[in-house]
Amino acid sequence: MHVFDIIGPIMIGPSSSHTAGAARIGRITRMLLGEPVRVAHIRFHGSFAKTWEGHGADRAVIGGLLGLQVDDADLRRSRHLAAEQGMKYDISPIQLRDAHPNTVIIEATGDSGKTVTVQAASVGGGSVMVQYLNGMEVGFSGSKTTLIIQHRDAPGAIAKVSRLLAASRTNIATMRVFREEAGGRAVMALELDSEPEETHIDALRRVPGFESVTLLRV
Amino acid sequence: MERSVTKLLSRAESMGGIAAAMREWQLRHDDTVRTNEDMDARMRQALAVMRESVTQGLDPKTRSVSGLTGGNAAKYMAAALTGRTAGGSLMGRVCARALAVAECNAAMGRIVAAPTAGACGILPAALLTMQEEYGYTDGQLVDALYVAGAFGLIIANRASIAGAQGGCQAECGSAAGMTAAAVVFLKGGSPRQQADACAFALMNLMGLVCDPVHGLVEVPCVFRNVGAVSVALSAADMALSGIDCPIPCDEVIDAMRQVGDALPSTLRETGEGGCAACPSMCKK
Repeated sequence: MHVFDIIGPIMIGPSSSHTAGAARIGRITRMLLGEPVRVAHIRFHGSFAKTWEGHGADRAVIGGLLGLQVDDADLRRSRHLAAEQGMKYDISPIQLRDAHPNTVIIEATGDSGKTVTVQAASVGGGSVMVQYLNGMEVGFSGSKTTLIIQHRDAPGAIAKVSRLLAASRTNIATMRVFREEAGGRAVMALELDSEPEETHIDALRRVPGFESVTLLRV
Repeated sequence: MERSVTKLLSRAESMGGIAAAMREWQLRHDDTVRTNEDMDARMRQALAVMRESVTQGLDPKTRSVSGLTGGNAAKYMAAALTGRTAGGSLMGRVCARALAVAECNAAMGRIVAAPTAGACGILPAALLTMQEEYGYTDGQLVDALYVAGAFGLIIANRASIAGAQGGCQAECGSAAGMTAAAVVFLKGGSPRQQADACAFALMNLMGLVCDPVHGLVEVPCVFRNVGAVSVALSAADMALSGIDCPIPCDEVIDAMRQVGDALPSTLRETGEGGCAACPSMCKK
């Protein structure tokens, strides 16, 4: 925490956790999909489910799915923008077990038919935590520039990533790896001190077994 | 320094003030800012957004998404400017602006959380009205924001700035403490007086519960911004009058934490107690 967490963030009201956090989760989902969202199913749990209309959490998530930032005044008219841009969505409450009170599950489908499912919690002050990605338990906040790689668990996968980041002179601040089982689906989340060069990210996308590579800049 | 007012005061003594101590700390701890100029540009941007949020909230047509609040800041400002308020023009304008920013927030306007969205009206209302009344420059207001930030950071680290954790004393209370210190700074009070003003404000709002009707940041939140900014100004005035706070600021912050921990969950942003449980607010 530092001074701009106290005098800030600059955001669209009324609630840092219900509005700014919700927009952030929508935006992270859009970035993980990697293409414009065509259809989104939004499920609110807990406090989100009770107050989404009054706090504008619905408009915030939709705005985030359209790529808007937490301080973009267009969040207010995001439902209108969604209609203009041809993004369909539906919103309903859901009851989850053992979930944070401000949790949302978003299933988004893109132009190409690609789908991503994100379960994330708004944990306070506009900060968020992605807890499940495509049904797999993960844990990343996107508060720093973060590289998210969805891949098959295989020997040498981490070495390939660290080699390419080293070539890009990018320092890794933190790194977490998650997997379903040995040899199964896996996710790497790397928080970076700077942004790697585009050519190195493209090289990562060509690594066999790497299904999706996303640079989150929330 | 980020956890202790005592340490902040000793840093301030060697660095020539709390704003300078805060800037120096921030440069060492925030890897997104490289220079004082970067940092000040960001603070100036926050000040600009604060100013816009006052203007937007004073529009009589402002209404929240739920329709529960809005349009009251314009009434308050009109009363203040035509001599109909008991507290006089300065106090009236401060309170009207606090209400304006809080109503702007409830209407999905752009605001600066200071320290939270629910308590966003207090600091801008005091600083911008002080500027209007006494002619402080934007540069002085930016310094005042660092002073407010320094106290807010310590409160956040030592107690809490989240209503769900510490009740409204953690939100409107913290904002009032930060604002009292910033106002004393602008009026030329010493760092010690700034700390005393913060302590007085926290003391006077200790125990305030978080009880939002329907769970929304509206009733009583927008009106509490008005109450808290008047507490902030009287706390600042006590310190400026030369009244010493009998309890050190760090100890008041620790007490606030203990009080927050003792609050039942019905009074910590669950919308189940206090104003939220009033019969006429439970209908619908």
